[in-house]
Amino acid sequence: MLEHLELFFRSIFVDNMVFAVFLGMCSYLAVSKKVSTAVGLGAAVIFVLGVTVPLNWLLDQYLLQEGALVWLGPEYADYDLSFLSFILFIATIATMVQLVEIVVEKFSPSLYNSLGIFLPLIAVNCAILGGSLFMQAREIPNIGLALNYGISSGIGWFLAILAIAAIREKIRYSKVPAPLRGLGITFIITGLMGIGFQSFGGMLTGDNEPPEQTQTTTAETQEEKEIKKEIEDKEKAISYNEAINK
Amino acid sequence: MALLSKKDANLIKDPLADNNPITIQVLGICSALAITAELKASVVMAISVLFVMGVGNVVISLIRNIIPSKIRIIVQLVVVAALVIIVDQVLKAFAYDLSKTLSVFIGLIITNCIIMGRFEAFALGNGPRRAFLDGIGNALGYGVILVIVGFFRELLGSGTLFGMKVLGDPIAKTGLYSIGYENNGFMIIPPAALIVVGIIIWVQRSRNRELIEEA
Repeated sequence: MLEHLELFFRSIFVDNMVFAVFLGMCSYLAVSKKVSTAVGLGAAVIFVLGVTVPLNWLLDQYLLQEGALVWLGPEYADYDLSFLSFILFIATIATMVQLVEIVVEKFSPSLYNSLGIFLPLIAVNCAILGGSLFMQAREIPNIGLALNYGISSGIGWFLAILAIAAIREKIRYSKVPAPLRGLGITFIITGLMGIGFQSFGGMLTGDNEPPEQTQTTTAETQEEKEIKKEIEDKEKAISYNEAINK
Repeated sequence: MALLSKKDANLIKDPLADNNPITIQVLGICSALAITAELKASVVMAISVLFVMGVGNVVISLIRNIIPSKIRIIVQLVVVAALVIIVDQVLKAFAYDLSKTLSVFIGLIITNCIIMGRFEAFALGNGPRRAFLDGIGNALGYGVILVIVGFFRELLGSGTLFGMKVLGDPIAKTGLYSIGYENNGFMIIPPAALIVVGIIIWVQRSRNRELIEEA
């Protein structure tokens, strides 16, 4: 349970798709002019990531990894098909997007109307393929965590595009230097937001800080504490003496 | 450029400045930013994209008349994915450390919008020769921005270029460091890339006023 929670918050805030690894920047910049469309695209990304990451996890586990084919028989144990992962992942994503589009259109026309135009865009969104590739690179151990990872990185992306769309709606009323207008200022705002998100780095375990630094700071604080104690003791002694003198 | 007619030369020249894929067309930013903390990684990424774009554009252009238009996205993805697998395997074989640094970002060339964008916009409607030039031009335009960003981030962030200490040794206090210069650790963290690209856009648009967006 704890590892689920940790992965959840880590993928939303610490390893945010947009601010930490710059995935899905193209649609992030192109579709963030209005909040309503940003919400639609963000929801579609959460949905597709939630479907494709567990699916690609299964593919990776039972088809691609070294020794993954052992369920076919012991003579297949030496096969390593991981060089095929790019082509297989992207094919899964493209077909899943198509399939999801058909299913959603059939069963929920209202959802289709709000997501519909964004679904085909998503097949070539780097955030989706990136989700699967990071899932593979980080060796996520089981399918529950893979599902968690897909959905929570989708939520992180959703938050990012929602925030930038809201800021861009407001910034229309500000006087931005003409050459920076539009794209330039969006880049710089995203950079500043990214720096803000960096501060989530130590939120969970604090393991992002180099250990030496923490040691020196604790040493310093200990010294400071001792000095403070001495000062307090002296003050106490002084006030005690004064009280006696009176 | 005696070999090329003026029209063909423009195919290469335009994307380098006035129609740059990153700063004007806003394509391919995804993979451009994360790997630019070092100049070496930027150069390797630029070369990889150059290869994929050049060859991919020619392949798509050669088979453009036999691709059914309904499944063209899938066909394009398969072509790119095959080329990227080649790049990935070559890097793993000859530059293993670098391929570890670039990690998933080589794979993400597949979904680099520049490539799909140029396939859709150019290779599907033009012959292989022109498509090749267009691919090379756009990949170079992409590479130029990557190298500029990589140059400034590595120089200001670590004081090195290609891993060589060009500003002196920060520990032994030689060169610039002897007069109190410090590395700017801010340039190493990922969001700095966004700000550097923002500044490049700013400079480019103030030099060429036609590119300024309407308010």
